[in-house]
Amino acid sequence: MRGRHRFAIPFLQYLDTHGEVDVPLPAWTSDIERLQKLYEQMVLARTLDQKAVALQRTGQLGTYPSTLGQEAVGVAIGLAMQADDVLVPYYRDAIAQILRGMPPENILLFWGGEERGSDPGGASQDFPPCVPVATQLSHAAGVATAMKLRNESRVTLVTCGDGATSKGDFMESLNLAGVWQLPLVVVINNNQWAISVPLKQQTAAQSLAQKAIAAGIDGTQVDGNDVIAVYDAVKTALDKARKLRQPSLIEAVSYRLSDHTTADDASRYRDQKELNVHWAEEPIGRFQHFLHTRGYWDEAREKALQAHCRETVDAVVAAYLAAEAENPEAIIDYLYAFLPAALEEQREAIGRKAEVLNGQENPGA
Amino acid sequence: MNKPGLELSVPDTESVTIAEGTLVEAVTLALRYEMARDDCVVILGEDVGVNGGVFRATEGLQKQFGSNRVLDTPLAEGLIAGISIGMAAQGLKPVAEIQFMGFIFPALEQIACHAARLRNRTRGRLSCPLVIRAPFGGGIRAPEHHSESTEALLAHLPGLRVVVPSSAYKAYGLLLAAIRDPDPVIFLEPKRIYRAQRQRIPNDGQALPLDTCFTLREGTDLTLVSWGAMISECTQVANDLATRGISIELIDVATIKPLDMETIVTSVKKTGRCVIVHEAPRAGGVGADIAAQVNEQAFLELQAPVARVTGFDTIMPYARKEDIYMPNTIDIQSQIEKTLNFS
Ligand SMILES: Cc1ncc(C[n+]2csc(CCOP(=O)(O)OP(=O)(O)O)c2C)c(N)n1
Ligand SMILES: [Mg+2]
Repeated sequence: MRGRHRFAIPFLQYLDTHGEVDVPLPAWTSDIERLQKLYEQMVLARTLDQKAVALQRTGQLGTYPSTLGQEAVGVAIGLAMQADDVLVPYYRDAIAQILRGMPPENILLFWGGEERGSDPGGASQDFPPCVPVATQLSHAAGVATAMKLRNESRVTLVTCGDGATSKGDFMESLNLAGVWQLPLVVVINNNQWAISVPLKQQTAAQSLAQKAIAAGIDGTQVDGNDVIAVYDAVKTALDKARKLRQPSLIEAVSYRLSDHTTADDASRYRDQKELNVHWAEEPIGRFQHFLHTRGYWDEAREKALQAHCRETVDAVVAAYLAAEAENPEAIIDYLYAFLPAALEEQREAIGRKAEVLNGQENPGA
Repeated sequence: MNKPGLELSVPDTESVTIAEGTLVEAVTLALRYEMARDDCVVILGEDVGVNGGVFRATEGLQKQFGSNRVLDTPLAEGLIAGISIGMAAQGLKPVAEIQFMGFIFPALEQIACHAARLRNRTRGRLSCPLVIRAPFGGGIRAPEHHSESTEALLAHLPGLRVVVPSSAYKAYGLLLAAIRDPDPVIFLEPKRIYRAQRQRIPNDGQALPLDTCFTLREGTDLTLVSWGAMISECTQVANDLATRGISIELIDVATIKPLDMETIVTSVKKTGRCVIVHEAPRAGGVGADIAAQVNEQAFLELQAPVARVTGFDTIMPYARKEDIYMPNTIDIQSQIEKTLNFS
């Protein structure tokens, strides 16, 4: 049978699972500092992430979704975007948000149960992390529409998980991006699990990138544990959106080395052997090997980096724990631009109730 | 698969009684009982299979009944509700799980436009005997969108039943009733009390009645009306007040759509005073409907205005401030005192 159309999905990988290279590297990799920065930020991401898990385990943080093993995706996004682009993140994008200027303690505040934790700091048009799966994709398509209507050269980048690709929101947004040629980059962090549901129960397609084809846009699959490949793909897609107003989809194939969140126990549904296989392919060790081989990294640098990350994270935790409590009325003050008269009484009741609760907590005070 | 309506024998392996169980275990028990009794019952949802649901409500069911009876779906709530409708129209009895009530919204189109209407628009030719289960409510320090109580949105839709158990025992009997009911039932599980208490559950397959309130304690001074997790706070307050000689009649609404106003009105006619407690925001809450109907039907017997203790009309705050939002025993007791002292 002869098809009318034939499609192929490019797969991008520079570093193999051992960190060896046998293909020519992209030109930007001659910037050694850039390579070092990619590495340093992945290590920082992991240090902060493991600290967050520890804080949850000791009752100092709420439920937290670890990014263990997926550092290359967040770091590549965070470093490839321009300041005035807009990031529409999901809940597993801590390091991307931090690299765009979010004070890292805000990540802890958010998962510690405070709305203020969604403040992105620098990139003030970025969206807060999105919890209802896939809904962020249409917001991103809307942000990109605004950019297009105003003829701007900015780009919107939105992230989601592999599970999110099963929701209509995903395909609807991709479809629109194609029809309207939006300056939109969609990055799927395909960590191969949606809580306990493995990818093969999410889709019968050979790749997630090929979903782009049905929307008439470019789709690329990259090795999500190869930070050079992810950075390169994201950069290329951002450029294409910026200069040619062409949307694209990137599927970064990573792996969730952690539980889904601290509330989950992956040992109930995931084979330890599978986990071991993927530990051998994780992004940081692989990239470190590459940098060592090229002479871009050494023991002294590694030691200094580890110390720096520990200090940074300690300072972040201190800032988190020291954050002053917000006024109780904040729970209603941001509901509307102006508090409707109908809610004034409730606002007062909120203040009174908080006092009663405070009194119960600190009977002496 | 059996045709709907076919009488099935009760498997005797299931006639065991478990002495003590939590609310979430009662849900599992009811599901297991009914799956064994009726092979039209099919469970579907996100993570309900191997993982047994994120709250373990379907623990062990896929292992026992196989992956044709317990289906892990792709991540898509609109799809979960939509296929449940199609399956139900075919005579299956889908029991779908929405992982948290905060994620029911994509399913709402299917629920409102189809599940609630299928019988009516086909004049009874097709029907929709499905159950949609969802954990709901706050108080467990969960992340954003995991703590809301939006039962009023569902209770507003004609054609649905909305059922909220307040204990393990009720969860068992009401869930059996919901599955056996010939129409769509939204079964909202108060997750704050999923594991709060162990209660004796006779695993005898006995359903409790839908469309009826349960009077949990008889009293003469004031009728306290609530449902779900707030029944715990209400019980505590009623017990405390009893030691002071104040006699509270406590009504667990259980089926919040359609409302059994007869039980509530009869009680209020006796006590002359009524306080309604719900965790959901105040405006447009189910409490408003109950209050209106009490006023319509018991106006002359009322000795004080019907009062409500509710959540505030604001977005459910993240964990650190959820206690400010949540109605508590102090809120309930002080409103009861106000209502009792009204003159
Ligand atoms: C609409 C919706 N349904 C269900 C959930 C509950 N939930 C949270 S994360 C998750 C799995 C998401 O998997 P995936 O998209 O692969 O992202 P990952 O968490 O693996 O990064 C589910 C079902 C949710 N947050 N939103
Ligand atoms: Mg995933």
